[in-house]
Amino acid sequence: MRVNFTVNGRPQEADDVWEGESLLYVLRERLGLPGSKNACEQGECGSCTVRLDGVPVCSCLVAAGQVQDRDVVTVEGLADYAKQRDRVTSGGTALDEARQWAARGTDSQTGEGGELSPIQRAFIDAGAVQCGFCTPGLLVAADEMLERNPDPSDADIREALSGNLCRCTGYEKIMDAVRLAAARQGEEV
Amino acid sequence: MPSPTLGFARAGGAPSGTPTKITQGSQTRGGIGESTLRPDGTLKVTGEFAYSSDMWHEDMLWGHILRSTVAHAEIVSLDTGEALATPGVYAVMTYDDLPTEVRTYGLEIQDTPVLAHGKVRHHGEPVAIVAADHPETARRAAAKIKVEYRELPVITDEASATAPDAVLVHENRDDHHIGHVPHPNIVHRQPIVRGDVSAARERADVVVEGEYCFGIQDQAFLGPESGLAVPDEDGGVHLYIATQWLHSDLRQIAPVLGLPEDKVRMTLAGVGGAFGGREDLSMQIHACLLALRTGKPVKIVYNRFESFFGHVHRHPARLYYEHGATRDGKLTHVACRIVLDGGAYASASPAVVGNASSLGIGPYVVDDVDIEAIALYTNNPPCGAMRGFGAVQACFAYEAQMDKVAKELGMDPVEFRQRNAMEQGTIMPTGQPVDSPAPVAELLRRVKAMPLPPERQWESSEGADVRQLPGGLSNTTHGEGVVRGIGYAVGIKNVGFSEGFDDYSTAKVRMEVLAGEPVATVHTAMAEVGQGGVTVHAQIARTELGVTQVTIRPADTQVGSAGSTSASRQTYVTGGAVKNACELVRERVLELGRRKFGTYHPAWATAELLLEDGKVVTDGGEVLATVADVLEDEVVEIEAEWRHRRTEPFDLRTGQGNGHVQYSFAAHRAVVEVDTELGLVKVIELACAQDVGKALNPLSVIGQIQGGTAQGLGVAVMEEIIVDPKTAKVRNPSFTDYLIPTILDTPTIPVDVLELADDHAPYGLRGIGEAPTLSSTPAVLAAIRNATGLELNRTPVRPEHLTGK
Repeated sequence: MRVNFTVNGRPQEADDVWEGESLLYVLRERLGLPGSKNACEQGECGSCTVRLDGVPVCSCLVAAGQVQDRDVVTVEGLADYAKQRDRVTSGGTALDEARQWAARGTDSQTGEGGELSPIQRAFIDAGAVQCGFCTPGLLVAADEMLERNPDPSDADIREALSGNLCRCTGYEKIMDAVRLAAARQGEEV
Repeated sequence: MPSPTLGFARAGGAPSGTPTKITQGSQTRGGIGESTLRPDGTLKVTGEFAYSSDMWHEDMLWGHILRSTVAHAEIVSLDTGEALATPGVYAVMTYDDLPTEVRTYGLEIQDTPVLAHGKVRHHGEPVAIVAADHPETARRAAAKIKVEYRELPVITDEASATAPDAVLVHENRDDHHIGHVPHPNIVHRQPIVRGDVSAARERADVVVEGEYCFGIQDQAFLGPESGLAVPDEDGGVHLYIATQWLHSDLRQIAPVLGLPEDKVRMTLAGVGGAFGGREDLSMQIHACLLALRTGKPVKIVYNRFESFFGHVHRHPARLYYEHGATRDGKLTHVACRIVLDGGAYASASPAVVGNASSLGIGPYVVDDVDIEAIALYTNNPPCGAMRGFGAVQACFAYEAQMDKVAKELGMDPVEFRQRNAMEQGTIMPTGQPVDSPAPVAELLRRVKAMPLPPERQWESSEGADVRQLPGGLSNTTHGEGVVRGIGYAVGIKNVGFSEGFDDYSTAKVRMEVLAGEPVATVHTAMAEVGQGGVTVHAQIARTELGVTQVTIRPADTQVGSAGSTSASRQTYVTGGAVKNACELVRERVLELGRRKFGTYHPAWATAELLLEDGKVVTDGGEVLATVADVLEDEVVEIEAEWRHRRTEPFDLRTGQGNGHVQYSFAAHRAVVEVDTELGLVKVIELACAQDVGKALNPLSVIGQIQGGTAQGLGVAVMEEIIVDPKTAKVRNPSFTDYLIPTILDTPTIPVDVLELADDHAPYGLRGIGEAPTLSSTPAVLAAIRNATGLELNRTPVRPEHLTGK
């Protein structure tokens, strides 16, 4: 089957999709967006978390056919999504702006040169990234929480991120990163 | 903003001397001792970092592995016809299709079949492999392979393994341990005998015995086993793989493929955690076989279910201990027997036995010991390396014993430990003197001195915040029946590969001038698995070469072996190799400078010269030349091996020998709250104090300690692979049924870091990754015992252990 949907503000078309394929598989293997991770493929670890029409979901549990005509945001689009959120409160992305995304170059060795969202910056600064496999899902989940709740308590953070497993950090630096992003966000306002 | 305590304390005064004197690297930013950020951090937060499961190639196929559905059976027949006839399938391979006579592999003992040969020895053993154009096609084709099994009796524990009529898991052993084991179903046995336990027992005022059980823990790294094998035009293959040790993989892969090692090229793909679970091969050979058979690139990615079968686990153990002590709180003797279940294949079992025995009594001074550790061959899941490696199981048991003895003596458990704590100069049960700082009593003092979390934190003006209580949002209590407990533990772990292993590493360092600036390039085969070795290598190069720009090249087999990312060894050994290669490069650069400019300034010949901030300077700070002027177009590149102090094997009868390179110590204090009616545990805080020798990157050091602590917490209260004792089949291979701590289960982990230099190690550093995993578990158990008054001799603790009285 063919699936048409929007990923990170850009219309995408996936062809020859087998009915059993998940959104995660289509993103990773058909659209060249492997940022969403495949750690359990049974909805337990949160590594594949994306936003579907704004709601965080485990993309491994969403059948590809379910996303027809819907909006998906992945970790690859998080920086632009955050920028867009700062600028406007609702509405889509201007075409001119979408064109600029592709034009922006980054260093393939280090990734330097690209812009980061506040939560991405905070994860690096706080040391919340070790192996990094859980990071994309945590970033999408944490970004969504901070959008809803700009001044979260520790208990709020833990509750919001309880669907995302991390095996390296013991979560302490992740807590630090989310607190840091919230604090920086607060300073800007 | 609440944040954990991040204490750093250094012993010894600041370097003294003339104020003008500078040391190498002290003037260059981003060197050792700074919390520089990960070079791969940006790629990892943008989703661009290429993990092994993200590899993609034009025209690639997907591999899938058919695994045994039973634990122990003869394969009566195997029919691949229907699978091969499935549209989209390119190849199906079984044992009979293997290209050479080398059809087994293994870390130490080559006992693991690449594909089952007439027999399977554990649930989930690879039987056949399939390559197809879609992963689901490969999976469905594999399901069409018909395998007829004739089941054999299963060996599941020591009694069934060593019974007189026991079936042998491996019939014709010819490995080098068979000569000294009491039974062919025992992989390895290591006794350690020192002093006279019988005589010491007579001096004891109290003797305490205990039997303990440690469940099977899984590494549960999040990045599944995966990789991409690409056939090369010269008949070789290029494998992009997540592993802990490229060269160890290479040594095992090439003979099975029938290729010389230089035709099997390996590049490290992004590794999503390891924790010991990637020491053994998983899908490496299978992907290469299918790629060479089909002539197409083949990718294999395990799902989580398969991952539980696709790597070895932490050995489950039964441990029997006897401790004696005098009335004044001095240990008289320890006798213990540690039975590790290695499962169907040897993996790292012999080395795990060596660790469990040699570290079996913990960080204490005991002159009279009688220790025995064995690993069994059974039909349970194969077990091997996991963070802590044999020392974890022992620590769980000896720390429970220390509490029991203290209680028997009516003594404070921390004070009792401190009275018996080892220190620099203590002789280990192996006869090896501890010749660097061993601040065991001090770590306990520090962890005890940390402020306790306030009581009844769940109470607020709006009633109980159930998120802070055992049971959490399940809303099972508002504080009724909740009791707090506090427990302590301390542990000892060896650093590096032990028992005479040639544990070297290699680094290639290059220095050149690009766009007028000196640039260093570091190339090693070290597997970056998340620990931050790449960060530290760049810091070392900045310090040793006085440059700011450092490029870390991807790890591959084009450079010599770095050894394994295991045993808390990489910063020590590959860090040492990078330091050594940098020093050689620096000498060469200075030599070039002397040749070029030596006649212009006498300091070139008389002063100690350093590289700082892109310049050649004297130790008094005088600038002699820029590195750019010295090098011009010249490139200095040196590859060199580096070795730590030699170790020696343990005597097979007495266990005596200087077997270990270095020891690492951590202590924990756990604070738990237990809902005693429902048996639910909430760990409130897990404080840790650890000596790290020298923190090369303080931020990463804290991250390692907190991560290791959380894994110890997991096996204390939730993590266990459940194996059916009747069938030896795994019952919970998923994250639905095998639980690892979430952010709700994990408490705050304040860390107090001590830096007492080990003069034998580069920069005085101490390997740190594993020690915090040891003491975390027994501290939590001690706290639960303290809260409930129960004995609790097994881990993990489940609700029924706390309520079923």
